[in-house]
Parts: sequence; structure tokens; C-alpha cells
Amino acid sequence: MMNVLSAYREGRLTVYLHGELDHHEVRQSMSAIDRLLDEYLPRDCVLDLTDLKFMDSSGIALILKLHRRMQERGGRAWVENAAQQPMRVIDASGIERLVRIASREEAKA
Amino acid sequence: MRGKVECSNYIKMEFPSKSANEAFARSAVAAFAAQLDPTMDELGDIKTAVSEAVTNAIVHAYPEEMGVISLRARIIRGDTLELTIKDHGRGIPDVKRAMEPLYTTGGEDRSGMGFTIMESFMDKLQVRSKPGKGTTVSMKRQIRKRR
Repeated sequence: MMNVLSAYREGRLTVYLHGELDHHEVRQSMSAIDRLLDEYLPRDCVLDLTDLKFMDSSGIALILKLHRRMQERGGRAWVENAAQQPMRVIDASGIERLVRIASREEAKA
Repeated sequence: MRGKVECSNYIKMEFPSKSANEAFARSAVAAFAAQLDPTMDELGDIKTAVSEAVTNAIVHAYPEEMGVISLRARIIRGDTLELTIKDHGRGIPDVKRAMEPLYTTGGEDRSGMGFTIMESFMDKLQVRSKPGKGTTVSMKRQIRKRR
């Protein structure tokens, strides 16, 4: 089960993903994020993965899609606080060349 | 001459190509693999590889209709998990191309990274496919004993 929560502050939308992100869940999660982008029209969008317990390559597709959406709007998107399993998938995919993946320490600073 | 591979335990399951079964398949394999005492990272890698293979079958083997996916997990040579994910769907016309990073026919919702992830998370990956007949994905991962 996936849960998408959000917080908005001064042009920055933070999207919190809870649960397990796979092909079964990805479309709904992306629609939820799309609705949030339309509602807040943020300058930056942060994907906070603190509570994401599992993701497969569907998560990579979601991150890339969000990145593209924000670029189209002249904004930025990045990922923060990925736990170990999601981080291994991110590493294997090589998307760090396209999207900023902030480490846990960096995100706290 | 190749002898028969020693298999100490196995599970077999069969399920329809419903996306709700992706989570079940990876959890079931993780529960089975637990007897090899894997680390959290190893378990995460195995779950991810299962998720990718099962998703491929759901999305690509049976794009229009429901079909059957069978999954077998075996413990071989005492320390290696062997996974076989098999479908009787559409098949992959060009396996080599399908395995290239970022190649996908699945549109914006797919990343094209499935095989790349299976390859990097497992020790061995073999894909056999016949158009119109189906696809079999075999993967192996050795779980080294921890002291």
C-alpha cells in the first residue's frame, strides 16, 4: 500500500511517499503528485523517501517523470532521505546523472 | 558432463497476471530466502529482482488479457537461491535489445531499467523467450555464510 502526503512552504512542495512503490502503485501515486503540482504550482518539488520501505524500477520512472514535469514548468525536483533499499535501486539505475539525490546528511543540513 | 544440481528446498507458485500479486510474489520469495540468513541488502536485492521479473510478465507478456505466471524458487548447492519466473505470453522478439538499459515499450510509466536492475542485483540472469510462446527468466544469487 502506498500513501502520498505533502507539505508546502514558500514555493517548495515536499512529497512524502509511505509504503512500497511498485508497478501496481505507481500510476496512482503519480496522479496524486500531479494533482499536488497543479494545486500548489511549486518552484521546487522534493520527493522525501524517509518512509518508503521498498521501490523497484517503477520508482525510477516516477522520479524521472516528476523531474520532467518540474523542468517543463521551469522548476526543480530532487530526492531526499532514501532508505537503503530504494537507494540501491537509485544507484543501479544511474539516474543521479539527471536528478539530484540528496544524501541523508545533506538533507538535514 | 554436468551432473544434476543439488537442490535442498524449493517452492512453486502460480498466480494470474494481476499487478496486486507483485507485492505477494516478492514477499513470498523473501520469506523463503530467509532460511539462507541473508543480510537486509541481499534480501532487498532479491525482492527487487522478483518485482522486476513479475512486473515484466504482467506488463509485457500479457498486455491485453490475464495470463498465468509461475514462479519457482530453489535453494541449490546449499547457499544459492535460484529463481525461475515463467509466463506463456507474447514473448520478446529481441531479447538482447529488451535488456538494454532504458529500452522500453512500456511508455512513460516504465523506466526501461528492469533487466539492468535484475542483472546488477543477481549473480546470474538468463532470459529465454519465444514470440507467441512465452518467456522464462532465471536468476541466481549466492548468499554467503556470515560468521
